[in-house]
Amino acid sequence: MVKWTEEERRIIRGVWEKVDIDEIGEELWARALIVYPWIDRYFGSFGDIFTTTAILKNPKLAALGKVVLSALDTAVKNMDNVKAMYAPLSRQHYEKIKVDPDNFRLLAECITITIACKLRAELNPQVQATWQKFLSAVVEAMNSQYK
Amino acid sequence: MSLSDKDKAAVKALWAKAEGKAAEMGGEALGRMLVSYPQTKTYFSHWGDLSPQSAKVKKHGAVIMGALGKAVKGIDDLTGTLAALSELHAFKLRVDPANFKILGHNIVLVLAMYFPADFTPEVHLSVEKFLQNVALALSEKYR
Repeated sequence: MVKWTEEERRIIRGVWEKVDIDEIGEELWARALIVYPWIDRYFGSFGDIFTTTAILKNPKLAALGKVVLSALDTAVKNMDNVKAMYAPLSRQHYEKIKVDPDNFRLLAECITITIACKLRAELNPQVQATWQKFLSAVVEAMNSQYK
Repeated sequence: MSLSDKDKAAVKALWAKAEGKAAEMGGEALGRMLVSYPQTKTYFSHWGDLSPQSAKVKKHGAVIMGALGKAVKGIDDLTGTLAALSELHAFKLRVDPANFKILGHNIVLVLAMYFPADFTPEVHLSVEKFLQNVALALSEKYR
């Protein structure tokens, strides 16, 4: 289980406070699909995701972005218990959606870069390191039921 | 994942814009790498101060970005352009090539920080592909 110092908790909450779930949620999957296009294998039912223009205005992607960030919100509010909280999600992604878990790492990367665009210098080196540690814990939790 | 003409154009355009701040950004990227990925400090233990404020870190970051600038100019032949640097990393520095990806991530992040409006998903894609190809060219002489 990951141990968080008070300072780390403060930093993670501080970053999360500045994230507008609607705003960031809308662009999240667009970035992921454009930068890592092979992810589209999981999006057969999402309609047109085959050009940048289509991706950028696909409402299903925007909606899914908000779903993901709402789940991340749960992780921020339950930092000491992410693995247990995410077990059902992990199982769902493994057994039902059948997602290659490397994609969790790729999506985490997109989340961090999007936040870097938003927060800029506020995401100083220490904040970056702590935020990335948090996302690594989330990614690990998403991997936990893959067995 | 080879570079299309569109990728090359995107990288050149962003680099032209970023050139003035390249040295500073390099220092930032290297500094952040050393903080977020402490295992990378093992290559720099002889420097003493490895904080992002360290003069040596900032200077070396600038050197790295300078080399990347040359790579952008020689983007049509990265293997040739980076041949000498590949030898340096392979035989003298002996940096585990897995670290090129780690530094690449931090360069991407710093570019996003400095030029958020320009760092669209498409530009992000092209820059990542470019850095991946740079890493490959740098790994060329390893074995």
